[in-house]
Amino acid sequence: MWEYTDKVKEHFINPRNVGEIEMPDGVGEVGSLSCGDALKLTIKVGEDQRIVDAKFQTFGCASAIASSSALTEMVIGKTVQEAQEITNEQIAEFLGGLPKEKMHCSVMGQEALEKAIACYLGEPEKIPEGNLVCECFGVTDVQIERALTEHSLKTVEEITNYIKAGGGCGKCHEKIEEIIASVYGTKTDKPPQPKVLTNIQKIKLIEETLEREIKPALKQDGGDIQLVDVDGDRVLVKLIGTCATCAMSQVTLKDYVESKLKELVAQTIVVEEVAA
Amino acid sequence: MKPIYLDNNATTQVAPEVVEEMVPYLSQFYGNPSSMHTFGGNVGMKLKEARAKLADLLGAQPEEIVYTSCGTESDSTAIWAALRSNPDKRHIITSKVEHPAVKNLSEYLSQNGYRTTFVPVDGKGNLDIGYLYDHLSEDTAIVSLMWANNETGVIFPIEEIAAKVHRQGAVFHTDAVQAVGKVPINVAENHVDMLSLSGHKLHAPKGVGALYVRRGTKYAPFLLGGHQEHGRRGGTENVASIIGLGKAAELAADHLDDENKKVKVLRDKLEKLLLERIPNSMVNGDVAHRLPNTTSIAFEYVEGESILLMMDEFNICASSGSACTSGSLEPSHVLRAMGVPFTSAHGSIRFSLSIYNTEEEMDLVIEKLPPIIERLRKMSPFWSQTAGACQISG
Repeated sequence: MWEYTDKVKEHFINPRNVGEIEMPDGVGEVGSLSCGDALKLTIKVGEDQRIVDAKFQTFGCASAIASSSALTEMVIGKTVQEAQEITNEQIAEFLGGLPKEKMHCSVMGQEALEKAIACYLGEPEKIPEGNLVCECFGVTDVQIERALTEHSLKTVEEITNYIKAGGGCGKCHEKIEEIIASVYGTKTDKPPQPKVLTNIQKIKLIEETLEREIKPALKQDGGDIQLVDVDGDRVLVKLIGTCATCAMSQVTLKDYVESKLKELVAQTIVVEEVAA
Repeated sequence: MKPIYLDNNATTQVAPEVVEEMVPYLSQFYGNPSSMHTFGGNVGMKLKEARAKLADLLGAQPEEIVYTSCGTESDSTAIWAALRSNPDKRHIITSKVEHPAVKNLSEYLSQNGYRTTFVPVDGKGNLDIGYLYDHLSEDTAIVSLMWANNETGVIFPIEEIAAKVHRQGAVFHTDAVQAVGKVPINVAENHVDMLSLSGHKLHAPKGVGALYVRRGTKYAPFLLGGHQEHGRRGGTENVASIIGLGKAAELAADHLDDENKKVKVLRDKLEKLLLERIPNSMVNGDVAHRLPNTTSIAFEYVEGESILLMMDEFNICASSGSACTSGSLEPSHVLRAMGVPFTSAHGSIRFSLSIYNTEEEMDLVIEKLPPIIERLRKMSPFWSQTAGACQISG
């Protein structure tokens, strides 16, 4: 259950200005069915450049509907220039705040308003600058950079909460990480690239790891381990001493020996026991 | 106001008889069942009774029951037990529509040295059994399939598959959390090796589950510790809850007929009238192979959370197929695996009933829901387009 403010709930249950203005002066549409939310905003502008009416149609969750409703209340009576200044944070503030996972609802409102005004002013449809990063929601690197700096976001999750980028298939998470790193001028802590080992190197490394890390630990419990063969990523071993008869030997093998070798030799290692 | 509770696949009301049975073991009879004194020993006797009742519900022997803390622990125990006791086998088969308890563990294992096959389902949620058999091999350690799906209620032909898998020499496990108490289960007459169940889905409290382990099945404990459960699960028994689960099992056996008659009649009425009164609505899943208590209905062009919150105004409790968490407005993996289109996946609502529901409650939902959907559709930009398109073509 979301922790919505009373004002969000109230605007959801009794939304203002639902519908579509006939012969509008500006139309702004954002989102789609597959995205899971969408908003169509229509505005009527009076002679003194003042927005005299605004109506919305929204498909989406409670906060999407409440944000749209709030947006119409905020813009009616404002001049076009004043309305252009409205930010998504102001929409969220108007509602007494939104859960952080739902901030994208306020962004959707702000974007629809921007489009409706551009439509009224006769400006050509703005094609988002930059290169497409999130294919699911059509978000570019420039938009991500802007969101990062304007809202001081720091993580992929925060980006997803705000502008939905990365919320679909997740393929672009790495790219978003890179953008975050470039904006903040820091390097992300990427795990070191695995070295490609020759077979000889791999066997040596496995032997060393067994001797240095694994055997001493097993010996404490009166057990031991012997390397029998290495076949690609399969490491065949024999358990000796108390290990050979221990009911927990399979757990030792998988959870200790294998994970140690994965950590220190290669992630792809699989340890198998051969009969004693 | 008493809620109209139609979310019984999420959790159920603890039966009053179960509470009554439990209370003495939360107050005066607090002994440890493992103790040597009579005060504790009496508790042990009561646990034995409870174990026999649960075994009866499944057609199992009492010693084939291992108590756990929940369905998830039962699933994890089963899968790890099969893998650890068959270390030469590196392959797991499961389906694309499993509960996260099995799905996430399988995904984890597939990244940690095991091969995992996720068997697809068709548009009605039925399993591609041919695909499963094609991938079954000598390397397969375990096949884990849910008996019934939590979101759609679709039932897999578990007994047929278990027999085949068993013959192949792999362990067959079923997550029967949604099926126990709703469909007849008799492990004495099938080849299921391990079966998970959860107390709170059948009117026992949360925090207790069980794993059936067929005698002779190779096993390794998940929780190592004391000798409890014959060394198969360490940890002092959750005494009161286990006793509650025993009582719930006894009640479930008595109510099984009601589930398939009374509950099914209510579910069918709710479903039929909602479909009749709400245009552009349809059932997700195979209506012919389904739990008697579940219906998943898609309402096109509206979003699930909005429907739930508007129903919440009338204290009607259900759940949605889509989780609108953060920007990832992903419909459920179950509906996606079934290929349910976005137009309906986002607006899918699951109603799951129990023996405590009444006809009056169904009537109220049938009265309240159509105007909610209509209201939300009037707000939706897609609905007016669709309605417009319909007028032109009509």
